[in-house]
Amino acid sequence: MSMSDIRVGVDIGGTFTDVALDHPDGMATCKVLTDYTEPERAILKGIETAARKAGIALHTITQVIHGTTLVTNALIERRGARTAFITTEGFRDVIEMRSENRFEQYDLNLELPKPLVPRKDRFTLNERVGPQGQVLLNLDADETRRLAERIVEAGYEAVAIGLMHAYANDAHERMMADALKKLAPDLSISLSSVISPQMRELPRFNTVIANAYVQPQVSAYLNRLVAKLRNADISAPVFMLHSGGGLISVETASEQPVRLLESGPAGGAIFAAEFARSHQIDKVMSFDMGGTTAKICLIEDGAPKTANTFEVARTYRFKKGSGMTVSTPVVEMVEIGAGGGSIASIDTMGRIQVGPRSAASEPGPACYQRGGAEPTVTDSNLVLGRLDPDNFAGGEIPLSVGLAQQALSERIAEAQSIPVSEAAFGVTEMVDENMANAARVHTVENGRDIEHFTMIGFGGGAPLHACRLCEKLGIKALLIPPGAGVGSAIGFLRAPFSYEATRGVFQTLASFDADAVNAALEAMEAEARAFVQAGIGDGRTTTRLTAFMRYAGQGWEIPVPLPHKIFTSGDTDAILAEFESAYRMLFGRTIDGLAPEITNWSLIVASERPQPETTKPQAGSKDAAVLRRRPIFDAALRSIVDAHEVERSAMTPDSVVAGPAVIIEAETTTIVTSAYRAVGQSDGCLLLVRKDAK
Amino acid sequence: MTPTAIDYQIMWNRLVAVVEEQATTLIRTAFSTSVREAGDLSAGLFDRSGRMMAQAVTGTPGHVNAMAESVTHFAREIGLQNIYDGDVFITNDPWLGTGHLHDITVVTPVFRGGLHIGFFACTAHVVDIGGRGFGPDAGEVFEEGLLIPICKFAERGEVNELLVAVIRANVRTPDQTVGDMYSLAACNEAGNRRLQAMLDEFGIDDLDGLSDFIMDASRKATREAIAKVPDGTYRHDMTVDGYDRPVEIVVTLKVDGDRLSADFSGTSGMSAFGVNVPEVYTRAYACYGLKCAIAASVPNNTGSLDPFEISAPEGCILAAKRPAPVSVRHVLGHLVPDVVLGALHKAMPGTVPSEGASALWNIQISARPSDPETGLENAEILMFNSGGTGARPSVDGLSATAFPSGVSTMSVEATEHVGPITVWRKDLREGSGGAGALRGGLGQVIEIEARDGYDFWFNAMFDRVENPARGREGGHPGAAGRVELTDGTRLKSKGRQRVRNGQRLKLSLPGGGGYGDPKQRDPWRLIADIEAGMITADQAAKDYGYSGEDK
Repeated sequence: MSMSDIRVGVDIGGTFTDVALDHPDGMATCKVLTDYTEPERAILKGIETAARKAGIALHTITQVIHGTTLVTNALIERRGARTAFITTEGFRDVIEMRSENRFEQYDLNLELPKPLVPRKDRFTLNERVGPQGQVLLNLDADETRRLAERIVEAGYEAVAIGLMHAYANDAHERMMADALKKLAPDLSISLSSVISPQMRELPRFNTVIANAYVQPQVSAYLNRLVAKLRNADISAPVFMLHSGGGLISVETASEQPVRLLESGPAGGAIFAAEFARSHQIDKVMSFDMGGTTAKICLIEDGAPKTANTFEVARTYRFKKGSGMTVSTPVVEMVEIGAGGGSIASIDTMGRIQVGPRSAASEPGPACYQRGGAEPTVTDSNLVLGRLDPDNFAGGEIPLSVGLAQQALSERIAEAQSIPVSEAAFGVTEMVDENMANAARVHTVENGRDIEHFTMIGFGGGAPLHACRLCEKLGIKALLIPPGAGVGSAIGFLRAPFSYEATRGVFQTLASFDADAVNAALEAMEAEARAFVQAGIGDGRTTTRLTAFMRYAGQGWEIPVPLPHKIFTSGDTDAILAEFESAYRMLFGRTIDGLAPEITNWSLIVASERPQPETTKPQAGSKDAAVLRRRPIFDAALRSIVDAHEVERSAMTPDSVVAGPAVIIEAETTTIVTSAYRAVGQSDGCLLLVRKDAK
Repeated sequence: MTPTAIDYQIMWNRLVAVVEEQATTLIRTAFSTSVREAGDLSAGLFDRSGRMMAQAVTGTPGHVNAMAESVTHFAREIGLQNIYDGDVFITNDPWLGTGHLHDITVVTPVFRGGLHIGFFACTAHVVDIGGRGFGPDAGEVFEEGLLIPICKFAERGEVNELLVAVIRANVRTPDQTVGDMYSLAACNEAGNRRLQAMLDEFGIDDLDGLSDFIMDASRKATREAIAKVPDGTYRHDMTVDGYDRPVEIVVTLKVDGDRLSADFSGTSGMSAFGVNVPEVYTRAYACYGLKCAIAASVPNNTGSLDPFEISAPEGCILAAKRPAPVSVRHVLGHLVPDVVLGALHKAMPGTVPSEGASALWNIQISARPSDPETGLENAEILMFNSGGTGARPSVDGLSATAFPSGVSTMSVEATEHVGPITVWRKDLREGSGGAGALRGGLGQVIEIEARDGYDFWFNAMFDRVENPARGREGGHPGAAGRVELTDGTRLKSKGRQRVRNGQRLKLSLPGGGGYGDPKQRDPWRLIADIEAGMITADQAAKDYGYSGEDK
């Protein structure tokens, strides 16, 4: 990027469309309401506002980077194309039978999510490919023609093709696609061997169907967006942030919209990762808390952790298993139903429960005075003195302490026979506990020890809760970056161009076939490189190769990073060593007597990211100006403490305030508990450090 | 610091996370396919008197009470005076553990400040335990494999090498079976680390106060829920296929205020085959069924389980006596909830589902070269498959979904990488859901053939072939199961059979029973079912009285 580059990041969220514009003199940001009918209108409005703030003309913008929840929402709300699914005879119901289990064991009236494509729209072909790609039953050309006619006649808007073992041999999928194209050249067709060439039929079929289902809509939207920008004199290329945390061209996004699923949250993770890099912190847990959910992501060596499957559109209290598993590269995040709007209640055992139900923005928490009667996390924070009733959202939303107390009293305190303040403590402590538990389990699943991590907190709710969370998790340092309100949009501007190609190539290590692997890797690299070059031309790139391996008989593969090279049969010892080291990292040991095997490969090609300027930690040698003192409740001490109130703007580099303290700004409030102190950093971050940390 | 009620609530919440972490550790490190892929495990924390305080929610209701009871057996057999820091206890005694030899239970005492304050326990299904292997054909439990009595796997941190050597010498997969025992011990350690951190944080030295809090709140909530069930005595019976002769399961449910008991007197006697069920396993499934319908939201612990008083007379097939064979006790065990829910239906009509396929149609396939001279390698393949569940009073049954078991199926593509078979079909069995105002869930059809050069053997243990799942309130029964070759040759639904190269095994899994009069079915749902091919036009006319004109 040269100094004359003017890049703009746009994140469409459920309520707001956020814009961050990076120009030679700094960064201009703004928030506008999301426009549900024509999202591109809000984008243009936001860009215009930001450009005005920055004092630049629209035509000088050199790059537009966009991320959106549009794809996720289309899946959740079932607003996709009328889609046909073509699969192997005998496997019509894979997506309906799912994993044949119930994600909630004790609910006799449980309902499973309905498949995106209903049974009447699922068609089969008499064909079969075996696990090594061998054809067990030939596909008849007449049959493909007849089925193509049927589908075209029925007027489907999109077609997904997913055949058994197509990751190992895509010939039959291509035959079917060709038959369709012959009759309907413009029909939207998605192939599982292109969209998600990995072993395991359920996630692969889900993924290709999700892609087909949203493709016409996303493609139309992106075309409209590009046209609209062009009309407004923004002829800069548009790039999309994909769920793996990199950029792809708008054309690729139109063809593979399933890659956009988690693009907004991925932007948040990149935002945090950028601060991890500039502050040179190896192990970071990003914590993003909003009104309804909290998201946690591990960032190591400046890179957010990624996975190749995840679950979208959970239908049942964010419960694992209640959504749809898709396999596409994604920044791995744990999402739980915990936010400022989360509602507190008493369960049948007389216990305080918080979330996942949320009062959202309408009616909102009781203290918003918009008719909400149920107590929420925000109400509890208000009662505990952590929020200032007269200065919430920069004073735009006056809060009623009385209504918050009333809701807590009626729904919690009376049932428990405890004072309202204790009920409020119980509510915030329970939500913090839920988030801490999720964070702990996530690090355990990854074989990591959470106490060695630094937390980076952003999103409206995180600065209120992050410090207490660190106390619970034994985390000693917490970074609260500036601009956290539009974190994702800023993150977009920091993302590399990248594309992850995956292939299912099943081999035991003992019968490692280097030629087959090299051939697959070569094809994967060509595929990935083509997408990246669309963004950066001949710019410098890096590659990252991962083999997914396990011991024979195990059901889960673990990611094993390997050097990207031409393999020979002599490399098996080195691969084994890498596998054992990764296995030991996760499980603490290796197993003798079992044969390792490789199931899938992943190759990421990414543009090189410039190393951000290093931020030297500030010691905190001068005291920040204190506005006043105000009482807040300190959860660890179980008592009200006398806190310093400081303006965020007063937390200049090297300024320090010792907890208990409240640092206020228009967008959010940072709580510094008695055990921590906060130091202003040169890049505007707040660094909270445990007072007793060495 | 004296904990407040809020502290106890927070700690209780934390314990649930602690046992989930314990279970997660096990799932990620176990070898056993059924643990990793199907969630056939359990994990929990107990106080020093053996009361279960928290249990991870996993795929196996069969472990619910079974594991809850097992820790008291350990405490009794080992003796509290012989428990040391660093000890690890083990057993797979079907009558003291979870009902068959394949389930290994490992218990680790928890110490704090030199004092014994509780136990972590966990159970997992291991790949092999010797003997005849997993199947119903043994005449006595002695033939079913190695029985490890309650003993110390490790004492003060020293593993009992003799025990390990004996186990290794008696099983087909020594690395994996013994490896799983270490995984079990490791998962208890993981739980313990987290528990100790919590006790540090709250500054308490034992679990007693917290345990009392959990027991009291859970017992109270459960009793209150039971009190809402109308008083009375409700008898119900159900006939199922059994192994060699039909089995009649009879239950008498008594509700008196906030007390509830279920007794299985009148149930058929023991079988000569390994379908017998130790009482502990019967109690687990009966309790699970009742709990789902009466007190679903109360977490599992001794306080919430104790109020369900469940018994079966010793010597009946649901309370088998030693040394009866019990290897595949899950088949009848899985059918137990249908019976207790049937009795409960009489007390609380409009609450419980109709009968379902219930017993899993698991299939263990042994692929063998058709000609041993070829030197092709043997392979073992395990598949978990489920039929349809019963229709609910306000929702259709779930198609091809496990209930009461909570296990998951495996990917066919992954299965075909494990061994030389081709699964030609695994999809819904059209027309198999019992007709009703609410339709029973559909079963599924599975077709399996050995690949070139192989035959395969499979061990059939399939129920609801002779006795389909019944409907309630006028709902029709679901389709009965069928076991055959695709050429139409009928096979036995029980026992080991061979499928030769070129033949295809076809399993048609049972559907769930319907609920309410089919004529009352919402016509739009009926039309949707016809369009989707979930029911046939014939069925629509015959069972639902649909003429096709009122569209």
